Amino acid sequence: MSSDTDLSTTTGGAAEAHEQDDLYHHEISDKNYIFIALFLAVLTAMEVAVTEISGVPEALLIPSLLVMMLIKFFIVVSYFMHLKHDSALFKFGFYVGLGGAIVLYSVMLTTFHFFIT
Amino acid sequence: MSDTTTDPPVTPESEGTDTVVADVVPAGYDDGQDHIGLVHHTSTGLSNTKLAMWLFLGSECLLFGGLISTYMLYRNRQGDALGPDQLWDIPFTSATSFVLLMSSLTMVLAVSAAKRKDERGTRLWLTVTALLGGLFLAGQVYEFTVFYREGLGYTTSLFSSSFYTLTGFHGVHVAVGIIMLLALVGMLAKGRIIGDKAETVEMVGLYWHFVDVVWIVIFTLVYLVPA
Amino acid sequence: MAIIERPSDTPALARTSGVVTPTSSYGYFRRPVETTGWKSWAFTVDHKKIGIMYGAVAMIFFFVGGFEALLIRAQLAQPDGTVLSADKYNQMFTMHATTMVFLFAMPMAAAFANYMMPLQIGARDVAFPRLNALSLWTFVLGGVFINSSWILGGAADGGWFMYAPNSSVPFSPTNGVDFWTLGLLMTGVASQVGAVNLIVTALNMRAPGMTLMRMPIFTWMALVVQFLLLFAIPIITVALFLLLFQRNFDATFFNVAEGADPLLWQHLFWLFGHPEVYILVLPSFGIISEVLPTFSRKPLFGYPFVVFSGAAIGLVGFGVWAHHMFAAGLGPISVAVFSVATMAIAVPTGVKIINWTLTMWGGKLWFSTAMLFAVGLVVQFTIGGLSGVTHAVAPSDTQQTDTYYIVAHFHYVLFGGAVLGLFAGLYYWWPKVFGKMLNETWGRWNFWLMIIGMNLTFGPMHIIGLQGQPRRMYVWTENRAGEGFFNLGFWNLISTVGSLILGIGAVLFLVNIWVSRKNPPAPADPWDARSLEWITENPPKEHNFDRIPTVHALDEFFHRKYEDVGEDGQHDFKQVKSGAEVIAEEEANAESHIHLPSPSYWPLILAFGIMVICYGVIYSTLLLAAGAAIAILALFGWALEPPTADDSEFDPPSSGGGSSSKELAHV
Repeated sequence: MSSDTDLSTTTGGAAEAHEQDDLYHHEISDKNYIFIALFLAVLTAMEVAVTEISGVPEALLIPSLLVMMLIKFFIVVSYFMHLKHDSALFKFGFYVGLGGAIVLYSVMLTTFHFFIT
Repeated sequence: MSDTTTDPPVTPESEGTDTVVADVVPAGYDDGQDHIGLVHHTSTGLSNTKLAMWLFLGSECLLFGGLISTYMLYRNRQGDALGPDQLWDIPFTSATSFVLLMSSLTMVLAVSAAKRKDERGTRLWLTVTALLGGLFLAGQVYEFTVFYREGLGYTTSLFSSSFYTLTGFHGVHVAVGIIMLLALVGMLAKGRIIGDKAETVEMVGLYWHFVDVVWIVIFTLVYLVPA
Repeated sequence: MAIIERPSDTPALARTSGVVTPTSSYGYFRRPVETTGWKSWAFTVDHKKIGIMYGAVAMIFFFVGGFEALLIRAQLAQPDGTVLSADKYNQMFTMHATTMVFLFAMPMAAAFANYMMPLQIGARDVAFPRLNALSLWTFVLGGVFINSSWILGGAADGGWFMYAPNSSVPFSPTNGVDFWTLGLLMTGVASQVGAVNLIVTALNMRAPGMTLMRMPIFTWMALVVQFLLLFAIPIITVALFLLLFQRNFDATFFNVAEGADPLLWQHLFWLFGHPEVYILVLPSFGIISEVLPTFSRKPLFGYPFVVFSGAAIGLVGFGVWAHHMFAAGLGPISVAVFSVATMAIAVPTGVKIINWTLTMWGGKLWFSTAMLFAVGLVVQFTIGGLSGVTHAVAPSDTQQTDTYYIVAHFHYVLFGGAVLGLFAGLYYWWPKVFGKMLNETWGRWNFWLMIIGMNLTFGPMHIIGLQGQPRRMYVWTENRAGEGFFNLGFWNLISTVGSLILGIGAVLFLVNIWVSRKNPPAPADPWDARSLEWITENPPKEHNFDRIPTVHALDEFFHRKYEDVGEDGQHDFKQVKSGAEVIAEEEANAESHIHLPSPSYWPLILAFGIMVICYGVIYSTLLLAAGAAIAILALFGWALEPPTADDSEFDPPSSGGGSSSKELAHV
């Protein structure tokens, strides 16, 4: 019968090894991950705090929220999803989609006069 | 027109077996043949499933982008009906957002454990991730129930339709993620993962992080940015 | 549980086609084992069988859509036509377009991509064979689902672009639009999944030595198309869900009274819709980029330019969508921006036309039927492109929009471009897929009747468009037909006659298939072709290549047959081997261990579950739940499916030695 025991994760593939190398060089330890998570939590708290402050002009508030959002976004993508140290092809697949979405939908919203108040 | 630049050196023996154990051979699978060095032989050296997942996530950006744009367009179109200012409970949503953020951490710890072949650790962190995801969803359900009771139905206004559709789609993605996580835990426990276990966990992880990242955007644009 | 490839001591691989019954199974669910009969088609994950099924079903829908077109033309042949009521007419033009775009052209291109891409890159199958089967069955069942609307209360009637709020329940009260919406969500799944599959295949499964710039040009164009699909399908998915929720859950997305903006639908639809037209035409561009060099006995002129212009068309194609909305009230700035962008996209397309023309220039032209269709594309598509340029100029488009001039344009580019290219591919690759040649005489009749027919049908539409005939009008009257002999009446009649000729021409293709069915087997290399897929038998063995070829050049097959003996930079190619000899050489060095993916029940079952969900959305929540249950069961079955059978489950190896090879499957 098969071979549950054989389904180990001993990979030995050359390509896998190459990728593993990359990982080992840029290996993020569990401790680092926890620090990153705490940083993200702090950023989130800051985002919320900024909205609580009264008297902040919208022209300042919205960009600062967007910046904080983007920082969180790219930290999760780059480190938790490991994209920073991964192949350019993965980056291409994801960022073309992301960039395309931002550009196309921004143009669409512009035709709706969304950004011109 | 011929381009005969550098070709990989190929010996007669390896030419046969080198490429035949193509990409349909799962890494690590022992079928009696010596696949060491030949597993996952792909033209780019990258895993098929990982490439597929990144392409899929790239396409999901366009899906959520469309839903987010629809919301942004319609966010102020509620007339006299309820709007964001009357409804949002920022402290509560901050808490659920924090929960989802932490689930990304536990997910990453699960992947890390899988790479270390720490089977118990992997299953533990995957389960915690699923629980945190479930907690997030429970928070969403509670939040929506409160909104509904306050008078924000699905069809109340453009704002409400867009809001529920956007967050609903996200919620469904979270739910699918939870199912995948729990299924993964079950399959790992029964030894039913074919191929590289760490990679499978990582793949589910990529999906999970993406769902978290979408929420990062939604939380800011929907809840924090003033209407 | 698996099909055994058993090597014998002779070089050629022996094959068994018996059924193996597993004695035990890995998990809960077994894999199907049949190698003959309908089950071997229903549960196959072989890209070649899947490609054939895609093509066959697409061809059926071609004639369904064509019949719908003939009814439209019959209605418009005479003033005050009585063939179709206004309501039926609306359904007819909606379904004609929907069928032709989503159920014929896209799947036919998918047929070619599925069949040819692995062969062209030297692979044994696609990256994810079961996902490939899922794509096929979601398409087939999606097409059946949409067309079941005809007998379930009426088909969709809002035009293939389904503008809101006309698509809402008050204006489209039958279930037709829901059938359309859900059916397109299904076919969208097919395309999306297929896109991921084929991109990974093209990037990851190329034969050794095949760099990206040595990939056959059809594979390149197919790859660009998959990227277009990957990013465009989610956009229409959003639009379709918004419409679905509007119609079924009273959402207010397109309720103008609530403050909705109908342009939201238009933007979302055309953000998908414009890349869609490049999705429709680029595969045909890829096909003729293979056909023209073969029948000009010359390599493709400017291969890198053709590759990059294809990628450029894809990229810029995402930036011009609002040229479908010039008369929608966007305002002068938006209109100007999109007008300029649209003019820009003519450039890479023009590059291709130049490259194709220069490929033929100085070549030794062989006008096989495939070549006729390919040259036909170059001519006809150029005409369509020229009218397209007039649309890019926003002021003139404002006159042309919603008239038959637009109908003329897109039929010239779609029929003259996409369809002619697909037919070129059919004639070119028929011997490869079916092992027989199609009859060349019937092929000529097929081609010429289609060309004459299409020009008689769509040519006059330029004229009647400029004479003022609007689109989507179910009837025209004598006193509105204009003065003089060459008025609407005259040209509409010509157009209808043309459509009949076109229809007959199309049917001749089926006749050709029928009369060719008893032809002798095709020769090994019927066209003296250039690319890798021809280094296989006709039709290929199940495992495609006896030995995965090592690639040293673009047009690898050509370079194995012909050696350059020229001097001083001059090329002089002399034939050193025949195609049959090249193939035989591969067979002589056949690999002994060949792994093929195993068939599976789950893709078909999952597709069926999705279809039941769709019926459930329209008719009953219970049905929806049942469909969801089937789908979830299928997903778990899929995930838990064994990849392969145990050694003990196979028949013992023959005593002649050699170890038995097994089949493995992953996804």
